[in-house]
Amino acid sequence: MVMSDPTEEGRFGEFGGRFVPETLIPACEELEQAFREAWNDAAFVEEFHRILIDYGGRPSPLTECYRLSEQLGVRLLLKREDLNHTGSHKINNVIGQALLARRMGKSRLVAETGAGQHGVATATAAALFDMECKVYMGQVDVARQELNVFRMQLMGAEVESVSSGSKTLKDAVNEAMRDWVATVENTHYCLGSVMGPHPYPWMVRTFHHVIGDEAREQCQALVKQDPDVVVACVGGGSNAAGIFSGFADANSRLVGVEPAGGAAVGRGVPGVVHGMVSYLMQDEVGQVQEAESISAGLDYPGVGPEHAYLASVGRAEYPSVTDEEVVEAFQLLSRTEGIIPALESAHALAWVVRESTSLKGQVVLLNLSGRGDKDVDQMMDILGPGSDR
Amino acid sequence: MEGFLRERRDAGRKLLIAYITGGYEGWQAAVETAAAAGADAIEIGIPFSDPVMDGPVIQEASQTALDAGATPASVLAAVPDLDTGVPHAVMTYYNLAHHPGHERFAATLASSGIDAAILPDLPLVESGPWREAAALAGVETIMLAAPTTPDTRLPELCEASKGFVYAVGLLGVTGERAALASTATEIAQRCKRVTDKPVLTGVGIGSPEQAVTACEVADGVIIGSAVVRRLLDGGGADGVGELIASYREALDGG
Ligand SMILES: Cc1ncc(COP(=O)(O)O)c(C=O)c1O
Repeated sequence: MVMSDPTEEGRFGEFGGRFVPETLIPACEELEQAFREAWNDAAFVEEFHRILIDYGGRPSPLTECYRLSEQLGVRLLLKREDLNHTGSHKINNVIGQALLARRMGKSRLVAETGAGQHGVATATAAALFDMECKVYMGQVDVARQELNVFRMQLMGAEVESVSSGSKTLKDAVNEAMRDWVATVENTHYCLGSVMGPHPYPWMVRTFHHVIGDEAREQCQALVKQDPDVVVACVGGGSNAAGIFSGFADANSRLVGVEPAGGAAVGRGVPGVVHGMVSYLMQDEVGQVQEAESISAGLDYPGVGPEHAYLASVGRAEYPSVTDEEVVEAFQLLSRTEGIIPALESAHALAWVVRESTSLKGQVVLLNLSGRGDKDVDQMMDILGPGSDR
Repeated sequence: MEGFLRERRDAGRKLLIAYITGGYEGWQAAVETAAAAGADAIEIGIPFSDPVMDGPVIQEASQTALDAGATPASVLAAVPDLDTGVPHAVMTYYNLAHHPGHERFAATLASSGIDAAILPDLPLVESGPWREAAALAGVETIMLAAPTTPDTRLPELCEASKGFVYAVGLLGVTGERAALASTATEIAQRCKRVTDKPVLTGVGIGSPEQAVTACEVADGVIIGSAVVRRLLDGGGADGVGELIASYREALDGG
């Protein structure tokens, strides 16, 4: 079955693996071992779920969009990860990893962040568990996600602006890895998506599985069926993997939406960076290309290896949408439903809008991975204050 | 490369390898002066977009070289014309071998006069297919042993390594450090216990004195960031030559 465990080598088909410097191999092995043990330990799993409920605000609701459904001619349901504590799905994974770090006796967390959502979630968990925290963020993203930088600092995290390469998410990952290579003895690398070396893609998906589990039950309760389509935005692919994993054995069509400027599945070929074999945007000799997206959280030239696998076997599809379509969708949801989505999540909606004719009459479950507060500044620059659009 | 280095080591010489970023302005001349000044082999960096094992100095040189249009082909095309008299290794990242395919990349290295390859993001567990293809093409793969590598894996790693065993001197990325890490001698010691291949320590060695201390245990040292910094500072090939000569002299007990 798709979306079951990877092989012992951490492969999903030909994708995945553990391509990191030898220095980090023991840490990856230790993490894998700790994760396997913890996930088989009922007390750990219970504590994880209890924190997600009492602190994170789970379960997140399923919201039927009456006005927008009528306008688009589909039955649109939103899985409201935007309502989680810290404003996105990222908290699920971070609580899981922080608990694991504590279990392994590590007192320091490092993380990369694009939009700042994963950085904020990591800083939150570090505050909650009294750990030291350092977040690497590309210089371009520091500028466009200023509010999140300050939020992280408020919670006691140190934010380091990364000025190498494309100055976005890819380079923040490089810098976090360099930190980890030097500090592995007391530090856990709290990776923010279903990417990186084994066991991260599998472990992060497992911590987000709760999204899909809840959504499946909620769909049964609300519409008495599995959705015809499950759609989510894809940067590294963690919110998509979380919701897809609840429907892997259903007949639902799975759609991961990439930004046109970071379409790893759409435009990439298999390559190796950040610890994994996966689809990767590269030039003709194998240099990794810089992604270019309006959304900092999707500005990434790669994709998690399990998505590469799902694409290669045809279980999921990965179309892309343009920045212009995303800006439209962002405003559409705000005006019709009173929900301001994260720019990342607006990618999923942009695809539904574009495909609404072909989706007519279908039940569409959309993972609203985050809220748009962090993007309001950037949108004000794009749309202009007092814009009558 | 292994035979060449063994012979020199067995003759009582401490080995010295200079790393130079290929494609950086003046790199070919720097390679030649480094060899003339007493380097026993040269490590040529093929710049990659995401050098995760490299610190700021080598990152900057790589990025500058990439911006100037360096490609694997342009760097390798210059190697046959280098007049060094010592073996050449390349140091680059695995995707540049994965992208063209193992066989093709290994064949290109071999035909360019490259004797060995170092791929720091290709750990032992993932290295089998590449090592096989490289060996068939006559290219030795140098494996890295880290301070965190457990004793249980070290014999297998040293066995797999060809050319020499690269003992990573510290937990961290390339770059000079104020003092030699205690891990530098420990890891070299642990490698020496399980292999008679040449064991060279690299990463974090930035002065002739540190090199001498490292060589109390190791068979030699790899000097990277200190060399590249000379180039970044405008020292040119002559600056690199002087620097390597100072290491050579210190290692020879001068
Ligand atoms: C709200 C939101 N959605 C999605 C993403 C993209 O991550 P992933 O593809 O792992 O879900 C981010 C990343 O920052 C995010 O903040």
